[in-house]
Parts: sequence; C-alpha cells; structure tokens
Amino acid sequence: MYNFSSLTQSIHDYLASTLSPELTSVVEWTLIGVLLIAFVALSVMGLVYIERKVAAFFQLRLGPNRVGKWGLLQTLADFLKLLMKEHITARAADKFLFNLAPFIIVIAAFLAIGAIPFALGLHIMDINIGVFYISAVSSIGVLGILIGGWAGNNKYSLIGALRSGAQIVSYEISAMLSLLAVVVLAGDLQLSAIIESQADGWWIFKGHIPVFIAFIIFLIAGTAETNRGPFDLAEAESELTAGFHTEYSGIKFAMFFLAEYVNLFIIAAVGATVFLGGWMPFHIGNWEAFNTVMDFIPTIIWFFMKVGFIIGIIMWFKWTFPRLRIDQILVLEWKYLLPINLVNLLVVAFIAMMGWYF
Amino acid sequence: MGGTSFEKRLCRYGKHDFIMIEESTIKEGIKTQEYFVNMGPQHPSTHGVLRLMLELDGENVKKVIPHIGYIHRSIEKMCEKDSYRQIVHLTDRMDYLSAHMNNEAVCLLVENGLEIEVSDRVKVIRTIMSELTRLASHQLWWGVMGMDLGALTSFLYGFRDRELINDIFEETCGARLTMNYNVPGGVMFDIHPNFQQKVKDFIKHFKTKLPEYDDLLSNNVIFRQRTEGIGVLTKEDAISYGITGPTGRASGFSNDIRKHKPYSAYDRVEFKEILMETGDTFSRYKARILEMWESMSIIEQLIDNIPEGEIQSSAVKAVIKLPKGEYYQSVETARGELGVYVVSDGLKSPYRVKFRSPGFSNLFILDHLAHDYKIADLVAMMSTIDLVVPDIDR
Repeated sequence: MYNFSSLTQSIHDYLASTLSPELTSVVEWTLIGVLLIAFVALSVMGLVYIERKVAAFFQLRLGPNRVGKWGLLQTLADFLKLLMKEHITARAADKFLFNLAPFIIVIAAFLAIGAIPFALGLHIMDINIGVFYISAVSSIGVLGILIGGWAGNNKYSLIGALRSGAQIVSYEISAMLSLLAVVVLAGDLQLSAIIESQADGWWIFKGHIPVFIAFIIFLIAGTAETNRGPFDLAEAESELTAGFHTEYSGIKFAMFFLAEYVNLFIIAAVGATVFLGGWMPFHIGNWEAFNTVMDFIPTIIWFFMKVGFIIGIIMWFKWTFPRLRIDQILVLEWKYLLPINLVNLLVVAFIAMMGWYF
Repeated sequence: MGGTSFEKRLCRYGKHDFIMIEESTIKEGIKTQEYFVNMGPQHPSTHGVLRLMLELDGENVKKVIPHIGYIHRSIEKMCEKDSYRQIVHLTDRMDYLSAHMNNEAVCLLVENGLEIEVSDRVKVIRTIMSELTRLASHQLWWGVMGMDLGALTSFLYGFRDRELINDIFEETCGARLTMNYNVPGGVMFDIHPNFQQKVKDFIKHFKTKLPEYDDLLSNNVIFRQRTEGIGVLTKEDAISYGITGPTGRASGFSNDIRKHKPYSAYDRVEFKEILMETGDTFSRYKARILEMWESMSIIEQLIDNIPEGEIQSSAVKAVIKLPKGEYYQSVETARGELGVYVVSDGLKSPYRVKFRSPGFSNLFILDHLAHDYKIADLVAMMSTIDLVVPDIDR
C-alpha cells in the first residue's frame, strides 16, 4: 500500500531546507488551504453533475448534455452564472446576519472535511477525537441555516429554518450514537485508529447485526442531517418555495448549495470511514493471498469507491421517496431511531465486552 | 389572538411584526400569535396563479382564505357577444386539461336546444376522446401529486404516458391540449386512419404502466403516512359544499354525470362509478387511479366498433340561433360536474352564459379540510382536489 505520508514528508523536508521554520508553516498551511478549496470546488461540481445525471436516469431523461462533452461543463457554467448574478439583500433583512449565514455554513463544512482521512497518510488533521470533532463541527452548520432563515425576514425562510433546526438537532443524536457503536468496538475515537482496526475486515462485516443496524440508522440520520430528500423539509419546494434560502440569490445561494453537497460528501466519507473501513482495502481475516491482491488497488480509490457507494444510496433515496412531514420526521427520530439506537449501543457494548466479534 | 378581530389582523398583514411579545406575556408565559402567509399567486404547488392566504399557528393551518381573480378573463361575458360556434373555442381555455369535455358541454347544449340528433359515430368518437382526455388529465394530476409531496420522479412518469395521448390528439385534431375538436352538430374532422390502432397500442402500453404508478407512490410507506386519514371530507360536507368529481366520489357522494344523466355514448358502455368510503386524501388519490382503469375499459369497449355515419350534422346552420328560453347541460369533466347554463333571447349570441365549474366549488372546501392540519398536509389536499386555476377563475 502506497503511503502518502512519504510524499507529504518530502514536501515538508524540501520546504524546511529552503525556508525559515515560520515561513514553512505559512507556506504549508496556504498549500493545504488552496488544495482543500480546489478539492471541495471540484468534488462539489462533480457531485452536482452526478446528481443531475442520476436524477435524469431515474426520471427517463438525459440530464445535462449540451455544455461540454456529455454536459460535463454544465455545472461550471451554472457556477459562473451564479457568480455573476446580483447579490440581492432584501430591504427588511438584517444585513449583517443575512450576509454572515452563508459563511457559517461553508466554514462548518470545511472544518469537518479537514478531519477526513482520504487515503493512507493523506490526512489534514488526525486528531485523537476525530469522530467527536466531526460531529461537533458539522452541527455548527445548523446555526447558519437558522440565522439565514431568520435574517431574510421572510416567513417561508423562518418556517424552513425552524423546521431544519428541529430536524438537524434531533438527527445529530442518532448519527452520533450510531457512530458510537463502532467506536465502542474499535475502542478509539481517532479516525486513523478506527481504520487500522478494520485491517482484518470492515466493521460492517465484523460487527454482526448491531453494527449493520447502526449503519442503516447512520444513513437515515445522515440524510436528514444534510437536509436532503426525503428529509428536505427545510427547503420543501412545494410547500415553502425554497425554504430557508428563499431570499438568497447569486453566490450567496451558491454557498448554501455548496455546503449541501460538501455535507453530503462528509456524511458519506464518515460512514465509509467508520463502517466500511475508509481507505482500507477489502480484507478477509487471514486470507493472505486475497488480501495482497486487494492491496494492489490504491487506498485513495478504495476510499472514493466507498464514498461513491454511500452517496449513490443517498441519491437513490432522494429521487424515489416522497417528503416526510415535520411531525413524522420527529416521531421517526424520537420514537423509533433513538430507542433502537440506545438498545443497539447496549448490545454492541455487551458484544465488545465479551469479545464476541471477529 | 390578543382580542384583535380577524379583520384588524388582516389589515396588519404585510408588516413585519408577525411575532409580537408584550409585557404581559413575560409574566403569563409565552403567548403565540397566528400569522399570515401568502401562498401564491406565484407558488410551486398552487399550480397557477391562485393566491391562498394562510393563517398559521406555527406549522398548523388555522384558516385558508382563497383569493381568486388573477387569471380572470371574463369568459362568461365574452360569450354574450360571441356566436355559439365561437363559444365552444372559449371553453377550451377554462379547464385546459379537460378541453374536450368543456367543448362537448357547449355542443351538447346547442344540439339539445336545436333538437338535433348527432350520428352514432360522433357520439362514440366524442366519448372516446373524452375518456382519453380524462386519462391525460389524471396522468398529469398523478405526476404533480407526487411532486407536491416531494417525490419528484413521478412527474416525468406521468408526462411520459400523457405524451402518447397528446400524440393521438395531435394526429386527429391537429392540437395537443386545447383541441377544439367538437363543433355543434358533430366533430370537426373524421378520425385519423391510425387512430384506432394508436389508441389500442396506448391502452396496451398504459395497462403495464399503471401498476408502476402504484409501485412508485401508492404503496410507498411515506406516501401512505402522508395521505391516509388526512383531510377527511364527510359525505354530508361533500354534498353541502357541492363537491363533485372524484373528490366528491371519494367521500361516497355518487355524482357521476356519466351515470346519472348519460350523454353521448355513455349509456351503451359498462363502467363502474368509483365510490370510496373514507374521504381522506388517500381515497381521493385512489379514486382517480381507479378511474383511470375505468376510462381504459370504456375506451376498450368502444374502440373496435365505431359505427359509420356522418361526422357533422347537416341540420346545423352556419349561424346558430337558439330558440328563446333557458338551457342547461352538464358533463363530467376530469374534475367534476361542469354545468353550462344559457339564457337565449333568440339571437345569434346568448343573452347570458354561466359556467358551473367544478374547480370553483371544490376549491372552497380547502378551508374546511385544512383546519388544524400542517402546511404539508394542505399541499397534499390541494393536490388531491386537483385544482386548475383557469377553471376556477374563468
């Protein structure tokens, strides 16, 4: 398995040998920032394109196919259009908060993406409480939605914002508890350590039915957290026109849009890392020959394959299911998912204590 | 509420102080106040320029005040200066999804007024066309219903099948939506040579696709939860509000004009009037799905034996003058009973025309239905009432 840390280490050594230590850090941080922004911009454009194509195939359409080969440049064109549009701030809006909200959402998304291990050694921050950190910073995003919905001084936005507040705060609990199931088994909150613990098989296979249940709950809660259909109540086009971002236009709207897709990526990446082994190739116990063959596939490809799998499932939800109602969404969380999750966690803890897992 | 009258609060609508906290609330706990939201005239789920003023308590709907008139074209007044042949073309623009049935209503009225019997061929063609229009209307409704509930995919499935019907119309009438196919005394052209084969192909195709509709929406657990037991309309209310069409029949109110006052070829075909018991959103949905099956069976009974005969009665003159008197003719459109009432003073244009449009009567049940339900339920109810705004406004 190729370790990216040798690459990053050599860059660091080169910079350190030519620049002063302070300047080295500055250059490194700038480099990381630029890479991160480039990655986010590219992956969001890719995701939007994929989403539109997936939607099109679900709906007997062709999807974007005019701008560029197979419509590949469509998202870029859309982005440029949004960039050039007028930034309208309604007269009755709270101007400071109205303009602040998109940044809060995007910052929360960027903070979370910093802790995700993309491949062996390709990791911006490997903090020892990675799982906790990600679920903590990703819940900052709801502040952006609440502020954005309130500051626009539009009743549709306010209803959308309050809906999403109730929804995200509730589903955060389920998402965290389902991640805890694996944390208990792996015995660590550090993402790299969780991945290492899956060297002889992914937790979804090793952890019996309880981890599988946790994975399903994580998918549901994750979809709800990203405000995507069937949980897209905050937007709810047919009810609230555009929900919390009704008043936003141009690039400010694009930032909400960007954050939605970054959050989709984060949820898929966390799910892939915790349940499906992250960049860890598919290994089966001690089948040495099989495991060596699997190791030939680069770790970064494994990671993106798994992320793509989860994103595919989440998109499948969106384009087939009708939207839930606000009370049904809360009933689903507090009356079904949360109790199941708590019992599930107890079972997992028991399994971990007795050592009844592979 | 704070003691202010409804009208006063109505006047305050438009200011931004929709959440007001007074000093006394701090002592007595938070008192909440209803606020108004304008749903429309530009809103994705009002399907046109309908404006509903909602009085909301949080998410709960307290009152629905429909404001109509945004697409009023004074069709009834225009009819007073037009000849009877011209009136037929105006009716297309009322309920554009049941264009053929609207035309038929005026044509039947004129024929009855002149006491002219049209040929069997015309009767059968009109019936087949009406049922195809009903199918197309219900297909569009089904697609939009899914979209209103957030299932965006159903929209294009509905349109895929509707397209085939529009192609059939295009071949015979030259138009796809506002067909203008009926004229007093018959139909404008004979059917296209491909007509029978194409209709049979369509029925064969749609029989395999209608179960798909059930797979995508009717049997979906979220869809069932969103619709079952929501917005129950009792039979008594349906009768007293004059709710006709599938909306009324879902409450058990037998009102099918095709059964009760058969016109065209409806007296020679076997079909069931779909009557449901519960009257909730789901039964209104189901009633339309079942109606599509019935429509297909009606078409199947007629398509193979279209009798020979003239397509326009030669007894109808170029300038039609109805004898002095009052005339009424009702037909069953895709939305319910369309009544045409004409007062004639013996001249070439009527003295007064009144359309009893199903959409207008059905719209005003919303306030009664939606009370204390959520906004999302209101959208679902609006969808199952199947509003077409030009039909409401005329």
